[in-house]
Amino acid sequence: MSRPGGPGWQVKLVEQLLRGDKRAAAKLISMIEDDDAGASEALAAIYPKTGKCHVVGFTGPPGVGKSSLINRLVREFRERGKTVGVVAVDPSSPFTGGAVLGDRIRMADTGVDPGVFIRSMATRGHAGGLALATFDAVKVLDALGMDLVFVETVGAGQSEVEIASRAHTTVVVQMPESGDAVQALKAGILEIGDVYVVNKTDLGGADVMASNLKFMIEEKAGWRAPVVRTSALEGRGVQELADAIAKHFVHLKSGALWEQREMHRARKELLESMRRLLSETYTGASAGKEFEREVRRIVARKRDPRTAARKLLVKLDVT
Amino acid sequence: MAKKIRVLIAKPGLDGHDRGAKIVARALRDAGMEVVYTGLRQSPEDIVEAAIQEDVDAIGLSCLSGAHMTLFPAVVRLLRRRRASDIVVAGGGIIPDEDVPRLKKAGIKAVFGPGTPLSEIVAFFRDAAK
Repeated sequence: MSRPGGPGWQVKLVEQLLRGDKRAAAKLISMIEDDDAGASEALAAIYPKTGKCHVVGFTGPPGVGKSSLINRLVREFRERGKTVGVVAVDPSSPFTGGAVLGDRIRMADTGVDPGVFIRSMATRGHAGGLALATFDAVKVLDALGMDLVFVETVGAGQSEVEIASRAHTTVVVQMPESGDAVQALKAGILEIGDVYVVNKTDLGGADVMASNLKFMIEEKAGWRAPVVRTSALEGRGVQELADAIAKHFVHLKSGALWEQREMHRARKELLESMRRLLSETYTGASAGKEFEREVRRIVARKRDPRTAARKLLVKLDVT
Repeated sequence: MAKKIRVLIAKPGLDGHDRGAKIVARALRDAGMEVVYTGLRQSPEDIVEAAIQEDVDAIGLSCLSGAHMTLFPAVVRLLRRRRASDIVVAGGGIIPDEDVPRLKKAGIKAVFGPGTPLSEIVAFFRDAAK
């Protein structure tokens, strides 16, 4: 499909985005995903218009009901008069690069609501349950005017913790019969929640799971993460969950916490961008003579990798 | 990063048979494409809205209920109304031969009946994205 062309076309797309045009939002997200020429400029133009939405991350094992729960929550927040964006991440094949993105199946009935925008995204080789473009897509939806943006991670397992540093509120979804009290003690995913959910209460055994979780939760920075029992299937507990999410946002905004978090986020994003620029500068054929010279010195044991890196960085010009 | 081909596979209408749609989705995945599958019983409005938000290059419609003459052209019309007629539409399922010319006239670029080799469908979507 043809991408928009002509001079200043990114500017035009961004203007359309800021007027609430969903097609422009969709095109901009694709540009960012494909790392098209012009994506950086578009993002630079969008950035000042962002920072207004509440970003909520959802993580938990595959099949636990994240998509179904998000679908229920979208409707709940719509009833409360909020607009909602969703970025749902599914894995890319490490062999072919292809992907089947199926999260939308559970959200089919909310997709046509004018106050909702849902985008499926493949990981494209990025680890940690997210795609490289995920949070840039969140910025696009923020600029589109969404009050809340939900990010659904792949749900690969216990180490999917990147989401916690980027979302304002992290919701960890579990289900009954998915492990005993020792599973709940393990490090990783069960440390990152601001809100915990035991979904599929219709299966029974939810109380045991909920008390195992409660046992492990400690108060952090004046917030004790609640454990909410839901059944996305039957629509139970959804209001309580929406309340818990909204309450956490109020908590974040009330003290010095918000600024701390923003500083942390900005620091992380700056570092990530620097890392990315660096690896783009020194990838493959474009790495340059200087780089190759250092490679040969390292092979010949004439220079160690750290010193070589320092030498290259001093001379670096990534613009 | 190179541009990825994105395809929406959708089931308009009321039949509950999506084996074919899933097989096509898998073949496109194995060909390196990103396939958004939206599940059963979708209205043309659902499908077009999803295609726009997902910014797909093409839509593959699968219908086994016999309602293809209504539903397939409806998708093309809605795309046109949303100024998104650059999104290519193809169809498949149980579609009588005599319906094919009319569907093509209505803007369905290709119709794939039972027994179509998957390689042919993959090649079609690869071309559609160019």
